[in-house]
Order: sequence, then structure tokens, then C-alpha cells
Amino acid sequence: MPALPLDEAGKYVAAAYVVFVVLLVVYIGIMAAKLGRISREIEEIADLAEEQQAAGSGQQAAGGEQQAVEEPAP
Amino acid sequence: MKASTLRTLALLTALLIGAGFALVFFYAPNEADQGFIQKIFYLHVPLAIVALGGFVVGGIHAIRHLRSGDPVHDARSYVSIHASVIFGVAVLVTGAIWAKASWGKWWVWDEPTLVSFLIVFLLYCTYYPLRYAIEDRERQARYASVFAITAGAFVPLNFMAVRAAESLVHPRTFGTVDGGLPGDMWLAFLVCFAGIALLWVTLVSFELTAKRTSGQLSRLRRALDESADRAPAGTGVAGRIAPGGAGTR
Amino acid sequence: MNRRPPSTLAVVATVLAKDLRVELRTLQSVPAMLLFATTIFVIFRFGLDRTRLDGALAAGVLLVTILFAALLAINRIFVAEREQGGFEAIRLAPADGTALFFAKAAALLVYLVVLEAFALPVFWLFFLDSGSGLVPLLPVLLLLDAALAVTGALISPMATNSRARDLIGPLILLPLLVPAMIAAAGAGQHLLAAGGPSYEQYGTWLAVLGLYDLIFLLIGWAAFDFLIED
Repeated sequence: MPALPLDEAGKYVAAAYVVFVVLLVVYIGIMAAKLGRISREIEEIADLAEEQQAAGSGQQAAGGEQQAVEEPAP
Repeated sequence: MKASTLRTLALLTALLIGAGFALVFFYAPNEADQGFIQKIFYLHVPLAIVALGGFVVGGIHAIRHLRSGDPVHDARSYVSIHASVIFGVAVLVTGAIWAKASWGKWWVWDEPTLVSFLIVFLLYCTYYPLRYAIEDRERQARYASVFAITAGAFVPLNFMAVRAAESLVHPRTFGTVDGGLPGDMWLAFLVCFAGIALLWVTLVSFELTAKRTSGQLSRLRRALDESADRAPAGTGVAGRIAPGGAGTR
Repeated sequence: MNRRPPSTLAVVATVLAKDLRVELRTLQSVPAMLLFATTIFVIFRFGLDRTRLDGALAAGVLLVTILFAALLAINRIFVAEREQGGFEAIRLAPADGTALFFAKAAALLVYLVVLEAFALPVFWLFFLDSGSGLVPLLPVLLLLDAALAVTGALISPMATNSRARDLIGPLILLPLLVPAMIAAAGAGQHLLAAGGPSYEQYGTWLAVLGLYDLIFLLIGWAAFDFLIED
């Protein structure tokens, strides 16, 4: 089969590489969403732990301030 | 896996893929017969080899899971297969694009390698309904492992069978009579292959880390809920928060 | 009292005999397979708008029919074990769980051979000009039956113990059986050729089928115990 002229061939090659990049980016997006959910859960758990700690030592629970939670290292 | 290792993996992957693509477009010469279209080969073939290798790796992890009963191996098996299925989608799509550009049709049947790959892909797609159809966690893992081993053994058998019904349409770039790839194409191919293989490893590592972290969070949450239950009444401890889908799949 | 645990062969024979006796008494699977196969032939006659078949088309119709009839039997083969505690019995007995695998595979093989004993003459009657291709087809069919039996016995317990029982079995089996179908069709299309049987690549396809059977037999032997664990 004779080779396609460069401009036409270029489109197909570009399409193939674009598909690859798009799949990769979609995957990264999904991972980012998972990471976000994990971060939120860590915050919730940190809050829960602090409440228990405060209650356990018999003091009034410190009024719901958010502690800065260190994000998990990428 | 440590965060620094993940970071290094990701960086190395990006580097290799970048270098590979650069070699493909700026260094490797155009192929005589197919022209510029042949550049897809540097993407399509590494993806295919890595995907198939990934399926076999999934089978190996499955064997270790059955022998040890440790769910860690099951997680590795699942993630390996999952990543390979995704790579498989990329293989089929890039293969179709290459087919369209080379032979004018989006799909050709008389073409053993791509057909074999399709069959393998279809088989591994059934991995998900199998897992989801079994509720008991341990049994699900065991059955999945048996499946992964069966399917892993199936891969070479399938390629052999389809090839025996073969045609010579698919460019057999490595076994051709005219000597295969010239040196500069080989270099580009190898770098791309290394990059894609490392990409697979990186994605699998990230996925496994995320899974493990979710699992640990579930344990933490459960432990906190339990100790909250045991707390003396009347201290106003917040009730349990329903776990927000943190369980591993 | 005999204190030695029964040999695997003895267990296989016992379970197989039990299954065959039950089948003979209840006639659950085989008559349905026969009826199913005959009806599918009729449907193919109209679906393809053909009254005579040869070559690849004949092989395709025959093999696909056998395949789907086999799926019927495979779906049912472990249901009794699940519902009446057969899995537990094998686990508790001082017997190798693998014996159950061999017994079920053997039962499936018997059902398929019986199916073909009836379905092949019907197929000949309906579609073929000459039956001369059928005799050399028999070894091919036998190896294909073994492939169906072995993969069926391996995948069926997974399906039976899952939620989507009737769906999961065929779903997994169909791609898994493709190499066996390729081989059987590869031989069959030449054996059923219009001008009389041709033995092109006959040996190759038999070898592929044999290899397929061997590999899945080994996998079943190695992995079946894990499928019947609690």
C-alpha cells in the first residue's frame, strides 16, 4: 500500500498520540479525585480523633476549629 | 511505597517517554513502505507488549496470592490486570488508527496479532463482572486469582492459535526477511518501550498506594468508631460518621 | 474398616457414576441439549437462508451449535453441588478436591459425546450432501468436547457460587474457548469441504486442541482446590 502523503498521515499519527495522552490525563484526573477524597477523609478522621481526645480528657471539646492537616506526600 | 519512590518513578517515566517521543519524531527515519504512518508503531507496539506482560504479571501475583493467602498479592493482581486493560484500550484504538491509515479500514480480521489481542482483551474484561458478582471478599479474591492464572496461561495459547490461522498482512517488524529494524529505529523503539513499561509500573504503584491508603483510612475510622462507642455516656462525643465509600473495590 | 483414604481415581469414578445415574434418572441436561441443538439447526437454516452447507459455513454452524448446547450443560453441572452440599462433602471427605474437577469434566465429556451421537446424524440429514467428512471430524470433535469439558468444569464453580450465575459462566467461557474454536473450525472447514474431505493442516489443529486441553487440565488440577474452599 503506498504511503499516505505527509499531511494526511500526520493527522492519523497525531490522533494516535493524542489518544494516548488523553487516556493518560483521564487517569491522572481519576487519581486526583481519589487523592482529594482521601484528603477529605483524613480531615474528618482527624476531627473525630480530636473530639474524642478532648472528650476523653474531660474538658470541653475545643470548638470545632479545623487543624491544618498535612496533605499526604504525592 | 514511599512518596519519594513514587516521585522518582513518575519523573523517570516522564523523562523516558519524553526522550522516546523526541527520538521518534526527530531522530528515527521515515520507513520506506509505510512512510510517516509507521510512527504509530513506536506507541502501539510497546503498549501492546506492556499490556500483555502486565496480564502475565497479574497471573504471577495471583499465584502468590493463592499460595500465601495474603490479600496484598490479590490487590497487586487486580491492579496489574486493571492497568493492563486500560493499556489494552489504548492498544486497540491506536491499532485501529494504524489500520485505517495503512489499509483503509478501521478493523481487519485477517490480521492475527490484533485479533488475538482483542480476544485477550475481551477475556480480561470479564474479570470485573466476575469480581463484582461475588460478595464474600475472600472468596472473590480466590476466584479472581484462579481466573487471573487461567487467563495468563491463555495469552500465549491464544496468540499461537490465531497465528496458526494467520495471514501476512500485519507488519511483522521484528521477524521480517529484510533484516527488521535499522539501528536508529531500534533505539527510538527501545526508549519508548522502556518509557511505556515504566509508565505501567508507575500507574500500578500509584493505584496500589491509593488503595492501601484507603484501606488504612477505613481501619482508622473503624477503630475510632469503636472507641467512640466505648466512651462514657454524656460526654457529647460526636456519633459515628458513615464511612464515605472508603472501602477498596 | 478401611482406613486408607480412597484414591483420587476411586473418588472420580464414584462422583462420575453418581452424576450419570442422576442424569439418567432425571434427564435434566442431555435431552435439553439435543432439542436445543436441533432447533438451532433449524434457526440457522432460516437465518442463513441455506438448505445445504459445506466448508467453513458447515463447520461454523455445527461448532457454534455444539458450543451453545455445551453452555447449557456447563451452567447446570455444579448447581446440585451448591444446593445440596456437595462442595462441603468433598471438603470434609478425606479425598482430593481435584477429584470433583475430574469427575465433572468427565461427566460433561460424556454429555457432549452423547449430544454429538444424536446431533451429527441430524446435521448430516439437514445440511450435508455427503457424510464422508464426518468420520475424520470425530477426533476433532472429541478434543473439542474435552476442551469444553475441562474449561467448563473450571469456570462453572466460580459462576455457580456467584450472584450472576447464568451470566458469568458463558461470559468468561466464550473468549476463553476461542482458540479451541479456531482449531476445530480450522480443521472442520476442510473436512466438510464440498468436494470431499481435505486434510489440510489436520495435524496442526489436532495438536493445538490437544495442547489447549492439556494446559487447562493442568490449570484445573492445580487450582480447583481453591475454588471449593470455604
